[in-house]
Amino acid sequence: MIDITSFTTDLLNSVKLFLPETTLVVTFLAAIFADLLVRRQKHIAGYVALAGFAVTAVFLAQQTGIGTSAFSGLFVIDSFGQFIRFVILISSMLVVIFSFFSDELHHSNTKLGEYYMLIIGMVFGMFLLAGSSNLILIYLAIETMSISSYILTGYTKEAKRATEASLKYVIFGAVSSGVMIYGISILFGLTGTLNLSEINAALAVGTVESVPLLIAGLMILSGFAYKISAVPFHFWTPDVYEGAPVTITALLSVASKAAGFGVLIRFFRVVFTSGNDPGTGDWALVGSIDWHMELAVLAVLTMSIGNLVALWQTNIKRMLAYSSIAHAGYLLMAVAMLNDTAVSSVLIYFFVYMLMNLGAFLIVQVVADKAGTENIDDYSGMGYRNPLIGVALTILLISLTGLPPTAGFIGKLYVFSAVVNAGWLWLAAIGVLNSVVSLYYYAKVIRNMYLRDVESKKSKLAVSPVVLGLILALAALTIVFGLYFSPMINWANSSVQILSGF
Amino acid sequence: MEIGLNHYLIVSGILFSLGMFGILSRKHAVMVLMGLELILNAANINFVAFARYGGMNIDGHIAAIFVIILAAAEAAVALAILLNIYQHFKHVNLDEVNNLKE
Repeated sequence: MIDITSFTTDLLNSVKLFLPETTLVVTFLAAIFADLLVRRQKHIAGYVALAGFAVTAVFLAQQTGIGTSAFSGLFVIDSFGQFIRFVILISSMLVVIFSFFSDELHHSNTKLGEYYMLIIGMVFGMFLLAGSSNLILIYLAIETMSISSYILTGYTKEAKRATEASLKYVIFGAVSSGVMIYGISILFGLTGTLNLSEINAALAVGTVESVPLLIAGLMILSGFAYKISAVPFHFWTPDVYEGAPVTITALLSVASKAAGFGVLIRFFRVVFTSGNDPGTGDWALVGSIDWHMELAVLAVLTMSIGNLVALWQTNIKRMLAYSSIAHAGYLLMAVAMLNDTAVSSVLIYFFVYMLMNLGAFLIVQVVADKAGTENIDDYSGMGYRNPLIGVALTILLISLTGLPPTAGFIGKLYVFSAVVNAGWLWLAAIGVLNSVVSLYYYAKVIRNMYLRDVESKKSKLAVSPVVLGLILALAALTIVFGLYFSPMINWANSSVQILSGF
Repeated sequence: MEIGLNHYLIVSGILFSLGMFGILSRKHAVMVLMGLELILNAANINFVAFARYGGMNIDGHIAAIFVIILAAAEAAVALAILLNIYQHFKHVNLDEVNNLKE
């Protein structure tokens, strides 16, 4: 029996450690009230969300250096989770700011209160996911974030394609999380516990049969793979990314993917490596099953299919959707290595990916609003219609390809070197080849902007100065972090501590 | 004959397979959602059976309750989205909701 006094002390300490998440819940409630009380101001819930996110960031920053578990091992606070949470928080803040300037959202809906509330709810789910060390909490967190994102995808419900996108998202999402919970139930039966570190201990005894373990592991992996849109669970990605409002597409492609990778790494790292030497990522407890190879094959499939299908996309949102599948493939390579270098390279990549992908989506949003097109061919002459946007998009796309001197190069360099250091030369080679393929479709946009339709009579593209400033800032940051990258690297290297929750 | 853990696991396996079959073969979106409920309930049977017969703690029962709640939440959202689909397409046939090009 648990001693009641130690239980209450644990609970009180846990509540303190849970401050960032509590702040998000308070923000959620405050947003509801603000939206009810202040009817004149359309974006009031958005302002409340921004303020709440800022306070959350302060509380999150205060957790630097803390490594402990809360709520009897349900939830852990460690530097890895903190990094992932910062990526989620920064990208959500940027997405909320993007939403202020989105014509698409204003056009169809008179009220935007629920939109911002659901974003806060989704961020709460992702925060939980980044720190959960219990299978039921993982399932709860995934559902919290998924249910919010299903609604957000179809938020512009007057738009036919947004409705269709939300249908596809909810069907695929519900099925994969259903399969995941079945896998969790099998794993529970095999090990008798839902806590990740206790599962690890049960596996360490070595009496667990390997075939049911493989089935359960694959079923759980399907839930995670759906969140990070890895092949073969990627079918929803292009449709949802194309149909959803651009702001939500940006949020899904960065924040929800970061949360998915966070839980994927934590799950495999805690469950399958031996407790003695957790820094090396040795996959000690999987017996005869070669999970290394399994994830490596998944990574190869993901990046190859993502890149190859992206080649003949004509819609830029769809193209970026396939490119985000390809990026998930590069990251999966590092996840397969699972050692400390690989984990820090994933973190570096995510930080960089956040800057460049959000920048690219903001430009897509601006062009869709002002020029009324998402077609890549219609980007022709864009470099002359608005030179600054042309330059910014060029920088961001070069960064997405991974060429120096941009931050994308640094991210790719660290991921590939982590793979090479682990001795998987062929995997890194496939990754580099894939980057070359990706150059083609990114460069196609740049070619359209500068070399096609040069004598265009199309009007100039007027953009509000705030949005232009944001775009230029994101593009400038990708260059800055490409040249002066040591703070980012140091932060990521110090954030590889993954606790197991006891 | 004594009813034991294996019987429950077989029932849950059958339920899971039926649910998967329903999801893959049905075109009507509501039927797909029903298949989904079967999968979730199969997981629930597993949880409760393992907790009861495996001599384990109360975790399994709690997990089952959470799954029930989340299934309800998910069904509510999914049905709302289906209503929206019906307003645009005048049907809820999944195969014909494919305006977004491949």
